[in-house]
Amino acid sequence: MTEPSAADTGRAIADLFAAMGITHVISVPDSTIGPWHAALDAHPSLRLVRVCREGEAWAVAGGLHLGGARPLLLIQCTGLFESGDSLRNIVHDWKLPIFSVIGYRSYLNQSTLPGDTCLVFTEPVLSAWQIDWKLVTDTVDYGEIRTHYERCRAAGIAGAIVVAEGRA
Amino acid sequence: MSARMPLRETLEVLRAERRAGDVVITSMGSAREWMAMGPLDPLDFVFVPSSMGEAVPLGLGMALAQPTRRVIACSGDGSLLMNLGSLVTIASEAPENLVVLIFANGVYEVTGAQPIPGRDVDFATMARASGIGSVFRFSDIAAWTVGARTALGERGPICIVLDVAPLPDAVGPRSPGPTLARAAAFAAALQQR
Repeated sequence: MTEPSAADTGRAIADLFAAMGITHVISVPDSTIGPWHAALDAHPSLRLVRVCREGEAWAVAGGLHLGGARPLLLIQCTGLFESGDSLRNIVHDWKLPIFSVIGYRSYLNQSTLPGDTCLVFTEPVLSAWQIDWKLVTDTVDYGEIRTHYERCRAAGIAGAIVVAEGRA
Repeated sequence: MSARMPLRETLEVLRAERRAGDVVITSMGSAREWMAMGPLDPLDFVFVPSSMGEAVPLGLGMALAQPTRRVIACSGDGSLLMNLGSLVTIASEAPENLVVLIFANGVYEVTGAQPIPGRDVDFATMARASGIGSVFRFSDIAAWTVGARTALGERGPICIVLDVAPLPDAVGPRSPGPTLARAAAFAAALQQR
């Protein structure tokens, strides 16, 4: 079966986020999720908020949540590493149930970055931050994003879907 | 920096100019003084505990979620230095209802007034260079008192730099209560029509 194009995947992701009731997607792109931005930006039900760093994204999402919107973070695992103190403050100090979709760099293919330490630290860091996360390794399973989002929303907790990525 | 205003007096001007329905986010020194000045409004968000540099993006999120409310986000200069890119994000999103107040005292006040990196950093020029159109700077309390209404009434996003004097021996703000309950009460007030 042919892999869907990045543009097709972006449109499917945008439709999925909209169907989940997401109002704002706060994002810093990488080479996998970046090509989704055009579809997210074009979707009539979503507002794509481009931020300068991922720590900033958690605070923007926190403000949106307090204001009654339904934000979602779309970042790479390297941005998760950068997020530290802001994530801690928003998710744990203030207990705001922010949901994120996080690209897992080099999970499927390490040809560009052999020995990529993202493979060493991504999962332990998510667990250290006590984020309820699930790994999705194939685009056909992206429906799991909605399932996990709704589970976390019902529980009132932060959650994440970690999306396996190929070459960096 | 030639002149510096007393922090408390600059906040008293803000209190006087605040309109019903305005959100005011305070952090660090501004939170400490704001809480000491009188009872809190339901639309006061005392961002304590905080993550340094995140009061401004928090305000951006609130402003985007509630576009009919004016959101005033207070940040110290040291905090803003941790998140200078947030000025660019604000310019990009261009929320007309967001005001960023930068209290520039040149030090990390609550940790013992150690100097921030750089001398006389020009935050007003940085805000303009980031693409924020309505930018003001006040160093004199009389000018701030007279000019606050005009500055706050401009079309947003607005950035106002206030040159304030550091307070020797000032301590960090104490949390006014459990965060879960405060967040819920604030969200309810913020989302009330």
